[in-house]
Amino acid sequence: MSARTSVPQRTQPHVLKATGQARPLAGARSELEPHAPTANPRVAPGFGGALRALLRKELLVELRTLESVPGMSLFAVSVFVVFHFALNRASIDGDLAAGVLLVTLLLASLLGINRLFVADAEQGGFDGFLLAPVNPTALLVAKALALIGYLLVLELVAVPAFALLLLGTSLWPALPGLIAVLALADLGVATAGTLVSTLAVRTRARDLLGPLLALPLLIPVVIGSSNAISPLLAVHPPALGAWLTGSAARWLVLLALYDLVFGLIVYAVFDFLLED
Amino acid sequence: MASARRHPAALALATCLMLSLSLSLVFFYAPLEAQEGFLQKIFYLHVPLAIITLCGFVVGGLMGIQHLRTRDDRWDLRSYVAIHMSLIFGVAALITGSIWAKGSWGHWWVWNEPTLVSFLIIMLLYATYQPLRFAIEDRERQARYASVFAITAGAFVPMNFIAVRLTPSYVHPRVLSSSSNLPASMGLTFVVSLIAMTLLFITLWQYEIRAKQARFALRALRARMDAAEGLSARPGSERSWVTGAGATEGPPPKQPAAEALST
Repeated sequence: MSARTSVPQRTQPHVLKATGQARPLAGARSELEPHAPTANPRVAPGFGGALRALLRKELLVELRTLESVPGMSLFAVSVFVVFHFALNRASIDGDLAAGVLLVTLLLASLLGINRLFVADAEQGGFDGFLLAPVNPTALLVAKALALIGYLLVLELVAVPAFALLLLGTSLWPALPGLIAVLALADLGVATAGTLVSTLAVRTRARDLLGPLLALPLLIPVVIGSSNAISPLLAVHPPALGAWLTGSAARWLVLLALYDLVFGLIVYAVFDFLLED
Repeated sequence: MASARRHPAALALATCLMLSLSLSLVFFYAPLEAQEGFLQKIFYLHVPLAIITLCGFVVGGLMGIQHLRTRDDRWDLRSYVAIHMSLIFGVAALITGSIWAKGSWGHWWVWNEPTLVSFLIIMLLYATYQPLRFAIEDRERQARYASVFAITAGAFVPMNFIAVRLTPSYVHPRVLSSSSNLPASMGLTFVVSLIAMTLLFITLWQYEIRAKQARFALRALRARMDAAEGLSARPGSERSWVTGAGATEGPPPKQPAAEALST
């Protein structure tokens, strides 16, 4: 039986967004609110409550199953070893170091992106969410935040491993700039990745389509971050102030612009992917 | 556009005339370029192809917005055909661009050229449109997801160009900013070629839509005929218009497929 038959009739999400209502039941909530405490499970939670619950669910599932983050981290370390043998170099710096680090992080993040909605699609998470009277955008934000969390843990493992295994220069002078660039890049990867994951998860060939869709969409992130990071990983890196006022500024602006534009696009189209 | 829909033959004729005119201008009117000589003539084919491809992708995205707003399947069909046509035009633009690059710069592909690279990235992204579409079996979800993809990728086209153009450029001429520097005869030939290519795109788009609509109508008639004769419906007659050529397995259709698509 298809999921659609078990889901009650809902108002179209784009209509809801225009009228400012979260769901049909949100109207009922405002009538109930004066009489019922918000802790009452029968009352529909607001956006913040739904977001907290969904994010907690995501992180709890990941903590209990450990399906994504350990795999992503181990994958990143393995790729560094592969790069060592493929390039036949003991240490790298500059452009090459930036490229290796970013390609590794990108490939590892694809693993997380591919798995982001698998449990929801296979174990009825989508049906459960659609039956709950909450704003669909809460799911988008919760998934994107969870993915940012996974990426942060991945980078906590992968960046020191990269510095130990491959980087020919010291990581410390580059660290503040690297953190800024990776934070902006993570935001872009999480936003575009959540959309790609939602698009791909309910297709026949999701393992293939996820990376195929994600890689071209994430190329601007790679362009921006690798150009911004490569002077930092050079043998003689510039001071942080000189780096910021130099060429890095426009790459940081590009990354921020990508995050903003993709955030808006994904916000606008996400509801249409959750209708059944 | 409405009159073109009623008179596709007139549109096809106008396209043929404009294409003949543009080719005549290219070969007999536009002067030989001083440095590249005859090779430069490919400019009048390559640049309109590339411009129409990118416009087709963006228009496909706008049609996707219209589909999500109205839930009218005809907009999904229009968006699908626009993207499909743009992909074909894009492959032609890549091939002609490669020939031009080889003749003029000595290499089939030049990486330090943002225009080429951004075009390739966009083509790679749109190459996943059909695999994504065909990997979804449910007809309604397929149309919805395809529209979401068309909108996202349509917005990605200009953004990608900005990102890649920020990197320093070396060799590719800036067509839209430098066409004003073209001699008047070259400029006129270019504009006529662009109009001819636009007409070609619209004509092919119209004909593909008509072909698909004729196929739906035929399927509907077959299904109705089978039902009237009391035969079990043929496997595959319930197939949606984009789920591919293979016959679907399972129970016979409960209702004619074409009724699902209001054409």
